[in-house]
Parts: sequence; structure tokens; C-alpha cells
Amino acid sequence: MTPQKVSTNITVFPSSAEIVPEPLGAALIISAWNYPFCSGKIGRIVMAAAAKHLTPVTLELGGKCPVIVDPTVDLEVTARRIIAGKWGCNNGQACISPDYIITLESFAPKLIDALKVTLEKFFGKDPFQSADLSRIVNFSHFARLTRLLDDPKVSDKVIYGGQRDEKRLIIAPTLLLDAPMDSLIMTEEIFGPLLPIITKMEEALEVVSSLPKPLAAYLFTKDKKFERQVVASISAGGMVVNDTAIHLANHHLPFGGVGESGMGAYHGKFSFETFSHKKAVLYRGFMGDLMVRYPPYTTRKQKIVRCLLTGDFLGLVYALIGWNS
Amino acid sequence: MIGAIAAGNAVVLKPSEIAPATSKLLATLIPRYLDNSVIKVVEGGIAESTQLLEHKWDKIFFTGSARVGKIIMSAAAKHLTPVTMELGGKCPTIVDSILNKKELVVTAKRIAFGKWSTNNGQACLSPDYLLVGEKFAETLIEALKRTIERFFGEDPSTSGDISRIVNQNQFLRLKKYLEDPSIAQSVVYGGKYDESKLYIQPTILLDPPLTSEIMNDEIFGPLLPVITLKRIEESIDFINSRPKPLCIYLFSNNKDLKERVASETSSGSLAVNDTIIQFALDTLPFGGVGESGFGMSHGKFSFDTFSHPKGILYRGLFPDFTLRYPPWNEFKLGFVKAFLQFDYFNLILLWLGLKK
Repeated sequence: MTPQKVSTNITVFPSSAEIVPEPLGAALIISAWNYPFCSGKIGRIVMAAAAKHLTPVTLELGGKCPVIVDPTVDLEVTARRIIAGKWGCNNGQACISPDYIITLESFAPKLIDALKVTLEKFFGKDPFQSADLSRIVNFSHFARLTRLLDDPKVSDKVIYGGQRDEKRLIIAPTLLLDAPMDSLIMTEEIFGPLLPIITKMEEALEVVSSLPKPLAAYLFTKDKKFERQVVASISAGGMVVNDTAIHLANHHLPFGGVGESGMGAYHGKFSFETFSHKKAVLYRGFMGDLMVRYPPYTTRKQKIVRCLLTGDFLGLVYALIGWNS
Repeated sequence: MIGAIAAGNAVVLKPSEIAPATSKLLATLIPRYLDNSVIKVVEGGIAESTQLLEHKWDKIFFTGSARVGKIIMSAAAKHLTPVTMELGGKCPTIVDSILNKKELVVTAKRIAFGKWSTNNGQACLSPDYLLVGEKFAETLIEALKRTIERFFGEDPSTSGDISRIVNQNQFLRLKKYLEDPSIAQSVVYGGKYDESKLYIQPTILLDPPLTSEIMNDEIFGPLLPVITLKRIEESIDFINSRPKPLCIYLFSNNKDLKERVASETSSGSLAVNDTIIQFALDTLPFGGVGESGFGMSHGKFSFDTFSHPKGILYRGLFPDFTLRYPPWNEFKLGFVKAFLQFDYFNLILLWLGLKK
């Protein structure tokens, strides 16, 4: 990439400066099939290994991506977009899939109905027959997801779906209502086709902040004030208002996590920068050498430097005159 | 710190215990002038640092040696804390034949300033060693000797402008170089020291063995090896065969050499015809690469280092393109393919049902 010229200031006058991006050398890219479960654990192992060689790392981890849905929205479009981000993306097995929904208690039944209707439209009455629903990637993840569903704390919370076929490694789109915050499904990253709906809209921001920072946070609302409040209060890798997952496609946005969801960013030019070192280059000639820079540091020289740094031009003139005489 | 605070962070500063007077000054002044509830100074050494590292931080910015850097980064890994490492390295200074007398004087002054006026060589940015053409070495060394005497007088131990070695450990480390016979025989100027005053004289060495410790460890002191090469262009391979340094300095009027050094070597930064001063320009990122560290600071780079750039996409609920949603069929797939390939003609045909 061409060097980027930058401006200079009086302390280095006269000179010219530029930033030259250089390749770092040999980069190791550890690509997960689509971000393994417990990616935080693996992230720590990778970073600790990198620490032995002081290798800089970018970590793209996971997290529980919340979807806050407020009642001002168009139900049909909202339901479609949540489903596309959840079950349309590897049947929930994507780091940016919506993990759980937070909505108003009185609005939840309408949202749930819209989700049920749309799920049937997309995947048919028997989702096991749909060619558009991914399987669970392997048996150990299937067992993990089954464990979340079989957790006694959520036994009476499943309101839709829940069917599974171990032989074919398939789990149907499943909705749960108000799973307790200390249940397994609300403490671990789900990474599968189970969608808990929590009716705690008044404490939505507290609920999200009480969990580790996620890779993405989603908000469906037409209320601009609420939108501004959520964008300012929730820290996440990235956010989308009125859609899910799709920010991945915009290469002008940095894609990356924060806190437990990772560090560093990529996509588009951010990828280039992640794998570059920005070398600072300063060019000077031999002219314009200030005496005050070099020892011996007399009181007069110190006075001149002090005046230059504080912009005291009058003091500077006095000091210079004093020096010349 | 300014970048961290500007970006809205709370800050705990742990100054180096190796410079206790400075540490004490920071611990006294910072609480006096900055908001004590969000900006704190914790003084101490290894025990205090270890305790601090047990906590989960949102970012760690470390300046120091690679050895300690590895400990810090391993501790940070337990909490997935992003880190910036400002480490050291041997900053080489390539000096091309400077034939103009005035320019030679300026060159010698700028090298002497970078080496001996900057904490007597105890700065990560100080020129560590010089690379010179063998025919020019003597001229350069004479110019440096004259400059040292102009700056610090005949006996620099009486000059008020030269730093002492920071503590006894560091003094003994540097003294060991001077006592090593293979290094001592290459001393061509200086070499005197006084342990009671932790003073080491500005010292120039000519061609110490490349396998000696002084040519493999970061010197961080007032000893300046001058390595001679048959041709100055060999300096590029010389530098590339060693770990990437924090800075490379080049004194030359040769445009080709400047371009070659800028593009064929890698370092945190490069300054041409001067030393140290790139540090003062905050439009340039300051940071290392490879073994000299990673991450950047100064100016906006500090702000960015202590920030998370959250990407936000705003959509309306209208329009909504249904081909995004299941059930997915050949028609939808064809449409998406045409769209991604900017094949608008086929896109329209598909839409009008004139093509399957």
C-alpha cells in the first residue's frame, strides 16, 4: 500500500513524515469450523501460547448475542429477520446468531406467535423434512445442546419445538419462555437452534450488561430515543438496529469483539491493517538545527525551550536577545 | 495516559520502580491534579505488579523488556485482556559517508544527542550501535569525539548534563561489558567509570566481536559500538539478520539508499538524518514490530489503542427482500448469484420470470 503522508509540527521543523504499512511476516490463521464452543477457553490458550513469543493476536470469539425487541416494531419483518439470523445461519451455529431475545411481557405472546407462523412458512410443518435447516455439526455439540434442553430448570419453559433426532444430528427450531437467568441455557453461549425469550424489558440493559460483552447485539425498535440509549449503553463487538447478522456484509465496518468476545477487528481495510505494521518514517535534512537542543544546557537554553513549549513569544525574544548579547 | 483518559477509561498507572524518584513524583502529583476516583497510581515492584496482574483489566499497556513483556502477556491471556507492548531492541544507526563538513558536524551532534543526551543511552529509542563504511569510520569517530567534548567538556563526570546509570544492577551489567577483554580491546574512546557515582563515561568502541554480548543484548547505556562494513549497503542485510528493532536511524544524502532502507528493512519507526525526534511528532504512530513490540501510541493512535471501534448498522424495517429467507430454491439462488455478480441483465430477466 502506498505510504500515507502525515503533517509535521514545529518541534520537528523542517521535515516530512509518512506512515509506511509493512507486512508483519508469517501470519497464522486458526480457522474454526465456525467458532467452537467455549471459544473463550481456546482463545486463552492461543493467547498464552502467543505470549511466549510476544506474537500479536486478533481473537474472534463468541458470546451471547442479545436481541432486544420493543413493541413499536413491524412484527412480520422482525420475526423474519430474527429467524434468518438464528436458524437461517447454520441453524444457530454462528458466532453472530441471535442467542436470546429480551422483550416486554405483554408483547411476548404476539412476537412468539409471529415467530411460530414464520418458522412454519420457512421450514414447513415438519422441520426435519426441510432441506434448508442445517444439522448440528457433530455429536458432542448435539449432546451439549441436549443438555441445555434437559436442564431441569427449563423443563417447563419449552413452548415450541424441542424435537431432536440423534441419528441424524438434527434439533428442531425451539423457543423457550423465561428460562431462569441461572439456567445453563442463559449462562452458556447456545450456538444452536434454541431461542430463549426473556420478558424483562424494563431491565433489558441490566440483563445484557450482567453477561459478558457479546460479539453482536441486536435491537428492533422504531423509537429513536430508545435506539440512542441502547447504542450508547451496550458494549458489544458490533450492533445492528432492526436486523440481525447482516453487518457482516458491510466491509466498511470493523468486525470484531470486545472483552470476552475478542480483540482486534477485520473485514475490508481493517483486515489489511490487522496484518500490517504501520512504520513511522521521518525525513529530515541537515538544515534547521536548533542550538538549544544540544548540551551544555545553560540556563538561557532552558529558558528558550520553556518559552517555545509554552508559546511565550515575548519571553522567547528576551531570552534570545539576552543570549546574543 | 492521555490517550487512555481521552478515550474514556479509568486508569491505574504503575510506574517503574527502577526510577524511584520519578515514581514518587508521579504518585504525588497525579492525585493532586487528576480525578482520584478514576485515575490512580500504584507504586511498587514485582510483588505489586504480580498482584495487579491477578485482576482482570480491560486493556494493558506495557513498556519495558521482552522478558517481562512475556510474563505480562501470559497473565493477560488468562482474562483475554488485549495488550500493547512497547519493548526495546538494538536500534541501529546507519551512517553513510557524509563528505560535507557542516553536515558531518550536524550528524555527529544528532547521534551524540540521541545516545548520550538521552538518559546517557538509557532510552529505548537511543541509537544502540553504528553501521559505517570502513573508509569513513575514522572521520566519523573523530567528529563524535569532538562533539562529546563540546557537549560535556573534557571530563564528562563533572558535566551537569549527563545522566548517571539508573541503579547498581544496570551499572554492573554495563561494567561487565567493559571488563570483557574481547570487548575492552575495541574501546577507542572513553571507557572510564566510577562505581561510587554510578557514572560511566561516553564510550566509543570500534568493531567489537559480533558474537560478543554487547552486540547481542540491548546496551541501554553510554557504550556505542561502531561496526564497519565494506559497503554501506551491507547494513541492510546486517539489520535484517537481527531481530526487528524499535527504531532504525539513517544518515545519508543518497536517495537510493534512503528508499532501500525504508522499503527493505522493518522496524517500529525510521528516522532519516536525525535520531529520537520522531517521538515528538504525534501524527506518527509510535510502536514496535516483531521483538520490539506491537500496538501503537501517541496522538490519536493512543486514543484508538484504548478504544473499541463498535460497528453499528442501522436498517429500516422497509424494504425487506424475501429472497433472503427460506425456503431457498433455485430461483432465489439464481437471483442472489446474479446480484452478487452485478449481472443486472439476468437479474431483471429472472425477476420478470423470463428466465429460470
